[in-house]
Amino acid sequence: MSKVLILADFVGTKATKTNAELATAAARIGEVTAVVLAPTGQGTIYASAINRGPIANIIVVESDAFASNGVAAVADVLAQIITAQSPSAVLVASHAFGKEVAARTAVKTGSGIITDAVDVSADITATQLVFGGSTTVHSKVSHGTPIITVRPNSVDASTTESTPSIETISLTVSDDSKKATVTSSQPPVQGGRPELTEANIVVSGGRGTNGDFSAVENFADVLGAAVGASRAATDAGWYPHSHQVGQTGKTVSPQLYVANGISGAIQHRAGMQTSKTIVVVNKDPEAPLFEIADFGVVGDLFAVLPKATEGIKAHKS
Amino acid sequence: MKIAVCVKQVPDSWAEKKMVNGILDRENVDAVLNDLDEYAVEEALRIAEAHGGNEEGGSNTVTVISMGPERATEAVRKALSMGVNDAILVTDPQLAGADALATSAVLAAVIEKGGFDLVICGTESTDARMSVVPAMLAERLNAAQLTFASKVAVDPATCKVSITRVTEAGVDEMHGQFPCVISVVEKINEPRYPSFKGIMAAKKKSIDSRDLATVGVSAIAAWSLVADATPRPARAAGIKVTDDGTAGEQLVKYLAEKKLI
Repeated sequence: MSKVLILADFVGTKATKTNAELATAAARIGEVTAVVLAPTGQGTIYASAINRGPIANIIVVESDAFASNGVAAVADVLAQIITAQSPSAVLVASHAFGKEVAARTAVKTGSGIITDAVDVSADITATQLVFGGSTTVHSKVSHGTPIITVRPNSVDASTTESTPSIETISLTVSDDSKKATVTSSQPPVQGGRPELTEANIVVSGGRGTNGDFSAVENFADVLGAAVGASRAATDAGWYPHSHQVGQTGKTVSPQLYVANGISGAIQHRAGMQTSKTIVVVNKDPEAPLFEIADFGVVGDLFAVLPKATEGIKAHKS
Repeated sequence: MKIAVCVKQVPDSWAEKKMVNGILDRENVDAVLNDLDEYAVEEALRIAEAHGGNEEGGSNTVTVISMGPERATEAVRKALSMGVNDAILVTDPQLAGADALATSAVLAAVIEKGGFDLVICGTESTDARMSVVPAMLAERLNAAQLTFASKVAVDPATCKVSITRVTEAGVDEMHGQFPCVISVVEKINEPRYPSFKGIMAAKKKSIDSRDLATVGVSAIAAWSLVADATPRPARAAGIKVTDDGTAGEQLVKYLAEKKLI
């Protein structure tokens, strides 16, 4: 049976739920081996966190270079494992770090790369939604080992518990991969809310908030949602740029996207129109975003959201 | 310092984009300098200005490098009008449909010949949105990768570059020695508008146009191929209610019916 590698995804010491998604997609192609790259002495702890989804084996490599030299060190070791294992494909989480690791690994191994896949089939065809989700593309890598980054939250993951075999191997990170040094790392400040691209629900605010995100945040919190913002809102300095959804910001594809006071320029749509269900609240009945809303409310978000927030609290109790 | 800025001409991000024969149709759409590359141009100019400027005979030069069809000269000229010293455009019919690997190979060859201390890029192009070319360049050039920078500090005396890297994974402080490949995030600066003087000066500057043979790279086929591309059916609008004081409750009811809460 063919072998498929996934690069285990961690935020700090915590394994993300993306691992089960990567494993589920990879298992369609072949037997899944998760590559766990851990700080020296931490391999067992890191590996034990990779316990969901169809994972047959884990390869652990320990090195402090992964944290202190970042992308280059990770790509160095991943490429060595690819060369040794000759997998039929490699799947990596599609975020900034994962895409950069995939990029360098592709160059090192002479392999084609596809990023931002929302699905991968048994014959290693990747599905992508391009041009802001307006076009579906199927692509295949035609050279080397297909290296595919898969967007978090896209694959319906099997989360059955797995008991993979664990093998720790020793590999050296070359000096060429230590040209950039990380001196300090701080996890993102999220105030307890889920990460925007991983969240099942995203509640966003735009120009219509007039800079007051409290109603948006309260509604997000009652739903356990991440908070997003339109470019107009981040440009005005009302919300951090890291929360911007759209063409020049993040692309999200949650189960539910609630846009509040966002008119819906193509720039914003590009970042959210693949959401499964879209709710739009806007005072302006002509707001273009209503065209793609599954449920639209013409009304003042400061009147509608507090009532909806109370309604959800009542529904839960 | 010799600073290179890699830029790309892209379809206007407000324009409707289409695939033709598996590649993006660049002919029938307005083309502009990639929004996110303007921050890279600005940052390069600011670094040069902070360390002696980039005037004729000054201690720094800023060169803009691009790959694309001949009409990409428009985007390159925009960078020139902002105050960049010179420009190299690699244009060759064999490069149509080039993927990120091919693009990075071509750019790396040009950069290597030029012997640059710093290579500055935007984080992504607004058309392909892969965010992989800066990392590929660092790999190919064997240079320090300092990407997703929200802050860049350069010390020419010690050849040291320090950045603050901002991604969804958090905030990192990083540093490396020349040569470095830097990508800068949106909002690292406020890109300048070209001055009238700058626009006039840019018109007079010649763009060094090179084909693949001159660059010294043989034609590279794309290593990932599009099998098919289909426009997704437009999303139809669903229910639309006007708030009469009960819209909040109606919304909750809708979410409950859809089992979203």
